[in-house]
Formats: sequence, C-alpha cells, structure tokens
Amino acid sequence: MLLDFEKPITELEAKLDAMKKLAQESESDIAAAVKTLENKIHKLKEETFKNLTRWQRVQLSRHPDRPYTLDYIYEITDDFIELHGDRNMGDDKAMVGGLGIINKKSYMIIGQQKGRNTKQRQMRNFGMANPEGYRKALRLMKTAEKFDIPIITLIDTPGAFPGLEAEERGQGEAIARNLKEMFQLKVPVVCAIIGEGASGGALGIAIGDKVLMMENTWYSVISPESCSSILWRSWDYKEQAAEALKLTAKDMLSLKLIDGVIKEPLGGAHNDTKAAADFLKKAILKEIKALQKLTPEERISQRIDKFCDMGVVSE
Amino acid sequence: MTAWFKRTEKGIQTATEQKKDTPKGLWYKSPTGKIVESEELAKNYYVSPEDDYHVRIGSKEYFEILFDDNKFRELDSKLSSKDPLKFEDTKKYSDRLKAAQKKTGLKDAVRTAVGKSLGKDLVVSCMDFTFIGGSMGSVVGEKIARGIDYSIKKGIPFVMISKSGGARMMEAALSLMQLAKTSAKLAQLAEAKIPYISLCTDPTTGGTTASYAMLGDINISEPGALIGFAGPRVVKEATGKDLPEGFQTSEFVLEHGFLDFISHRSELKKKINLYIDLIQNNPIRE
Repeated sequence: MLLDFEKPITELEAKLDAMKKLAQESESDIAAAVKTLENKIHKLKEETFKNLTRWQRVQLSRHPDRPYTLDYIYEITDDFIELHGDRNMGDDKAMVGGLGIINKKSYMIIGQQKGRNTKQRQMRNFGMANPEGYRKALRLMKTAEKFDIPIITLIDTPGAFPGLEAEERGQGEAIARNLKEMFQLKVPVVCAIIGEGASGGALGIAIGDKVLMMENTWYSVISPESCSSILWRSWDYKEQAAEALKLTAKDMLSLKLIDGVIKEPLGGAHNDTKAAADFLKKAILKEIKALQKLTPEERISQRIDKFCDMGVVSE
Repeated sequence: MTAWFKRTEKGIQTATEQKKDTPKGLWYKSPTGKIVESEELAKNYYVSPEDDYHVRIGSKEYFEILFDDNKFRELDSKLSSKDPLKFEDTKKYSDRLKAAQKKTGLKDAVRTAVGKSLGKDLVVSCMDFTFIGGSMGSVVGEKIARGIDYSIKKGIPFVMISKSGGARMMEAALSLMQLAKTSAKLAQLAEAKIPYISLCTDPTTGGTTASYAMLGDINISEPGALIGFAGPRVVKEATGKDLPEGFQTSEFVLEHGFLDFISHRSELKKKINLYIDLIQNNPIRE
C-alpha cells in the first residue's frame, strides 16, 4: 500500500529501476545519471519525511507494512519464548508477551499485536486487547519482578476493545489495576510506542521509568477520527483533530509527556524493519542500563514523581 | 359565538421587565414522569420519592449529604485550567472553559473538601458533571492527587465521588496522563494503609473508570447509575449487537463483580462510615 506522500518517491524509484535495467541491457554508461537520480530521491525522501503533517504521521503509524510487536521481538532477541494466558479467563491474542534474550540477558517483553492479513487481523482483534490481555500483561510483569528481570513493553493499539464482553469482564478495572501496579514494580520498566498509542488501551501497559516513542507514531487520549466525530460531529475533520491533539512523538516530547524519540530509517520503519529494530533495541537497552544503576526504591519514586508532574494548571 | 372577554387594547401591553415568569426549578420531573417539589426532593437526598430515581447531583449536594451540618473546608479551590495546547475545535477550549465557569459557578470539574462525617475527619473529592461533562483534565487530576496527598499527610480516609464522561479531549495526552497520576497517588495511599472508598455515580465512564473509579478498597454505587469503560453507543457501534437490558447499570456491574455494594443515597453517609469503622477496627459510630 502506498500513502499519498509516498507516491512521488516510489515513482522516482521506479524510474531509477528502469534506468538501471536499461543500462544493463544496452551496456551504456549512465552511472552519472543514476547517481543524480539517486541523490534526487534521497533528497526528496528527506524533505518529505521532515515536513510530514501530524495526520501523515498517523497514517505512517498504521502503515500495513509497518513492523508489529512480534516482528520487533524476533529481530531484537536471540531467543524468545512466548507465554500465554491470564490464568483466569483465557489467552488474549491481541496482547503478546514472553521472555527474550538480548546480549545474553533475559527481558520480559510485552505488547499489543496486530495482524498482517484479514485472518490474522481478526485473530488479533486489530490489536485491541480485552481485559484478559491487560491481566495477562500484569501477570507476566509480576513474574518478571519476582525474578528480577527488566520489563520492556511495546505499544501499538487503536484502543482497548470496546466490546460487550470486555465491559462485562471489567475493561476499566483491568486497565486501572495495571496503572496502579506498574507504579510499584521493583524492576526497570521501559515502554516504547511503536505504532498507535490510543488512550487508556495504550497507557494500560505504558507506565514506565522511561517512555519512548518511535518517530512516526502517535500517542493521545483519543484517535483523530473519534475526536473529529465527537467534537466536530463529523468524521471529516481528522486532519484538524490530529493537529489540535498534538499527538506526534515530537509534540509529546516537548510537552514532557515522554522521555525520548527513537529515530526511524528514512522513509519510515516499514521500509527497513531490521534498521528500525536496531534503533529500537539500542534505545531501550541504553535506558535499561542506566536504570539498573538505581535502587528499586529510587526507580519507583522517580517513576511516580515523573507522572505526577504531568499536567498544566493555573494556581 | 360572542366572546366572553373582550380585549380593549391590542397586543401585549405588559413591559418585558414586568413580565412574571414561572419560577424556575420549583418542580422536578423524573424520567418516569413523576413530579416532585424541589424542596421535597432536596429533603429526600435528591431522590424522587415515588420511583426512587436518583437525580444527578454535584459536589454541593454530596458535601451536604456527607459532611455533618454541611460544614467543610475546601482544598485547592483556586486551581483552574489553562489551555496549554491552544486547543480549538468548533470552539476554542479557552472559551469553553469560560462559558462552563460562568454557567456553573465552578472552577473545574472536581472539588475536594475536608470535614467531619459522623464526627470524624473525611476527605472527599467530588466531580461535577455540569462542568464540561465532568471531564478529567489537568486540574481534575491535580486536585485529586493533592486530595490524596492531604489524606496521606493527615491519615484521613479518602472518598472519591466519580461522575464523569472520561478524559477531557481538549487537553489531549495531558488528560490521559491524569489517569496515570491519580493511580500513582492511589498506590501511595494504599502503601500508607489509608482506606479509599470509590463511589461511582451516574455516569462514570471512560478514563475515570480506567483509573481511580475502579481502584477503591471498596467500589460502591447508587441504584441505576451508568458505569462502564466504553459508553453504550460505542459498544453498540463496535459490536453491532443490541445491548442487553440493564447493560452497564450499577446493578449489572455489581453482578459482574466490580462493585462491593449499591447504596441508596439516603444510606450513603452511614454505610461509608460503617465501612471505615469496620476496616479500621474502630467502635461503630451511630
């Protein structure tokens, strides 16, 4: 799938391919022309991706080729064992988690999981977890805490599932409990928004000592579409809503609501999963290393203080 | 047919300022159509006597119900909202704030007070739905956080009365982080072993449900209140199913295990204090 603003780039890339092919066939020397075109493409990419609107970032965060939680897990770990179930109701396929090894050390990695095709998307419920997903996440975090293993959460959800059964099983309670419990975890917790960070469904696994956002992701209290439908009473104002919500990584950093932005490869994470995973891994490990120098008590009180400083009021 | 009365002068002659209005709010009509006199309604804890309908009330009324002789001291009463994002939809957020303050006479959607309830100190934070749908922004989060701090400092039980449509969209992610902030403070309150009573009133939905409303040592409610994470309209749209009768009412939430009990409003003060006495192993107050 191509986003509007990706089209001019891919058109040039197609031209470049054709040129290279032609050069091979005719054995003519067009190296200089190829180089010029390559430079032009690079420049166009840089320009395009530097000046993306907030809505365009939202589109990138949802790009169907974008790496999902398990893609990143398989890239950044040398070995990974997935763990299932909340020991109460079932196993939520929209929330995955397990133990992974990175540089010979164990980490508990948890995140929402989206599906790649129709069948998978249904199975993963479009990355919208039910209460048992949040309860599974908490169970895994508690296990990690017991064995002194740092926790990494990867956030990518259009929201907690607003279903009938989700309500019956206490969606609100499940998220609320996670918020409270995550503040008391003794081990380091680093969270990264890797795609969509929609409201309570995202926050339910995003109480971290450090919260990072990848460059082309969004994090807010509501999606631009739903915001448009409620405040403008129409679905047509999503671009304006995205602007008003100030939901990009850059916005969130300047509002001091996150701790850092993780670079993505030029053209977005979907253009180079390996490179994106590498940036993600380096950023997370750096934070964990620094956090491990603190005592559990220091981490907990700093975690609480950080979130308690958020908000702007007039005295 | 000849007229019984004849108008000698044409048109309405009374000047507007001399016009006699029917006094507003003299009567209340409940959703089942029962009519009750306002004064009688107030005496009856704002519950319609014939059909037991619990009328939506605000901090003023709940303070009156919970504090002895309606005596209390308000905390952090000066806190008000800023517009850090310069948010604008069809209206400017700053204008919405001004309009809400003018309409309600309130600074924002929550008030915190400390006072005696059955003779003992109690901290109560109570939301006002009339202020932008009881939405939770920075001020709501901060006032609740400070209320909890006060409870911890003085060792006084904390009561949170939720009445909210959820997080305030016009403060975007700043609002979202208030879920985290209030939950962090409640973790500290729990560490200090101070009782926390969460009273979910009509309506308690969205981010409020996904944070402090569900984190009480006991979560309680009044009859017929709407309590849920996603609102009924959203659930219906998402699932394409008809909602069962009584879906997301306090009775439904009790049945599914997320409330400890439902109390008639007239019993609230007694029941909250009874719980506090029992959990603190103190003699029961009358």
